[in-house]
Amino acid sequence: MSAASDVWVIAEHAGGRPRKITYELLGLAKTLAGPMKVHAVAAGRGIAALADDLAAHGAHVVHVAESPLLEPYTTDAHAQVVGSLLAGAAPGLVLVGSTAAGRDLAPRLAARLDAGIVTDCASVAVEDERVVATRPVMTRKAIARVAYGDGMRIAVVLPNIYPPAPAEAGRSAEVRTVPVGLDPGSIRTRVIEVSAIKRETVPLTEADIIVSGGRGLRGPENFALLDKLAGILGAAVGSSRPPVDSGWVPHDYEIGQTGKTVNPQLYIACGISGAPQHLAGMSGSRCIVAINKDPQAPIFGIATYGVVGDVFEILPLLTEEVRKLKGAATDGGRTAPSDPGSAGRDGAGRTAGG
Amino acid sequence: MNIVVCVKHVPDTEVPIRIRADGRGIEESGLNFVLNFYDEHGVEEALRIKERFGGTVTLVTAGPARAVEALRTGLAMGADAAIHIQEPALASLDHIGTARVLAAAIKSVPCDLVLCGKLSTDDNAAIVGPALAEFLGLPQATAVTKLDLGDGNATAHREVEGAVEVLEVTLPAVITVERGINEARYPSLPGIMRAKRTPVTVRTLADLGITAPPPAHVELLGLTPPPKRQAGRRLEGEPAAVVHDLVRALREEAKVL
Repeated sequence: MSAASDVWVIAEHAGGRPRKITYELLGLAKTLAGPMKVHAVAAGRGIAALADDLAAHGAHVVHVAESPLLEPYTTDAHAQVVGSLLAGAAPGLVLVGSTAAGRDLAPRLAARLDAGIVTDCASVAVEDERVVATRPVMTRKAIARVAYGDGMRIAVVLPNIYPPAPAEAGRSAEVRTVPVGLDPGSIRTRVIEVSAIKRETVPLTEADIIVSGGRGLRGPENFALLDKLAGILGAAVGSSRPPVDSGWVPHDYEIGQTGKTVNPQLYIACGISGAPQHLAGMSGSRCIVAINKDPQAPIFGIATYGVVGDVFEILPLLTEEVRKLKGAATDGGRTAPSDPGSAGRDGAGRTAGG
Repeated sequence: MNIVVCVKHVPDTEVPIRIRADGRGIEESGLNFVLNFYDEHGVEEALRIKERFGGTVTLVTAGPARAVEALRTGLAMGADAAIHIQEPALASLDHIGTARVLAAAIKSVPCDLVLCGKLSTDDNAAIVGPALAEFLGLPQATAVTKLDLGDGNATAHREVEGAVEVLEVTLPAVITVERGINEARYPSLPGIMRAKRTPVTVRTLADLGITAPPPAHVELLGLTPPPKRQAGRRLEGEPAAVVHDLVRALREEAKVL
């Protein structure tokens, strides 16, 4: 960026608090802004308290757009309000989280504001006065380096890459109220219902720990073993493609080229052989544990710790060992789901495997 | 119901790629190209809607000469017509520019619904759908796993973080589809024969009233192979001992527990 410039972060919140990705973006923004300011934009309803939180995590200026029409998120409402704000301020760089809402909004804003946009950013940096992003392409068979031109730049950043900005008590920010002149008739989508995916205590894409199952689990009933371990670890449960294709688990479990891309701290692959299409979605994990009885399985080629053994033997032992560890480390802590498997995979095993 | 489906011709994800010597792209020679996996689901969804409500399905692609094959695949599945925007300048566009060009082509087609795959498996950008919606002035629903058409609107299911969102969207709209929305059919033999005979409309940017290609705001500096993950330690032997070692390693070495 020609000299340093202010960096803007589109904040996301859930349950009245910023999402983890927002803290990650604030940390990145601070690095990129250098001596310049970090701005955060918060849009929603009843979010006044959010400003303090964003300030504590590094925002110098918080733009608060408050309206019942801004929550739940809709493309039209947010594109109008955030779009007008950005059009007026013309920041050099806007960071957006690669979340359902971020991926929905950012390209629309880029089209509206004639901005450069890069999605799935695994890194964003300033090199020789240019903003350069890297991103996995071709189902992770290559990493692309992309440079932005001048003008407004929008970077949609993958979660779990940058460390969250730490909170500093007592930091305050300038709070600016964003005028919201929304005509309800201009909002052409209406959220009728949001139903929680019961099994997800934490969304797969945001989880620090993921326990994932493959063909080696042999059937839908054995995903209960993963639920047990995940319950103790506070982890999310995922799968490779075969269990989805066989109808053992719903599509939203799938990690890989045709599913989700995840970057957890710890990925435990159970009975997963490691087809390239699965690796495409999880090889960004910091630490990978593979449990597979086939010593030749490709997953062992990328696993930090490769356990050659029968998953049905190893998993219960691992669960017990972790339970002991957690029991020692915390008193109580997170409770495991009361009846693993019953609340989760609605229709698993009953859906027609196509 | 007249539906437009945007499609892209992309390298088959099953085959390895070779990065060009200049790093600015991949070697296309010897590479098998196919209809983008997500767009295939877009075509399937369009055909299902046509089968229920009548109407037409028109495919649009912006790409080099070979991209006609993606159109042929969609026609063989059952689409009625195809538009191929083709000209050398397309290679210099970024995703926003591509969306502008597609929007210009779609404006000339009667259309109640635009479907796209949620992303293309070559560059995974997921930019064109929402940008296209903006340029067409239409509402959007992205990464849709279920779509039901009503009177002047549609109900779309989307997976958001930890939840499923049900969205009502007024038509016409741009909908980008997720894999779970349907099982795509295979082209039938009669379909393949018919697709060979169906004329493809070729359009240049000038035909679309675009005098100069929209300038790109991002530039690919280069492609590199992904960093190789090193295989770490193998733990073999008596299960209880292995698990004990593993948990200790996760705690003390990796510090992830």
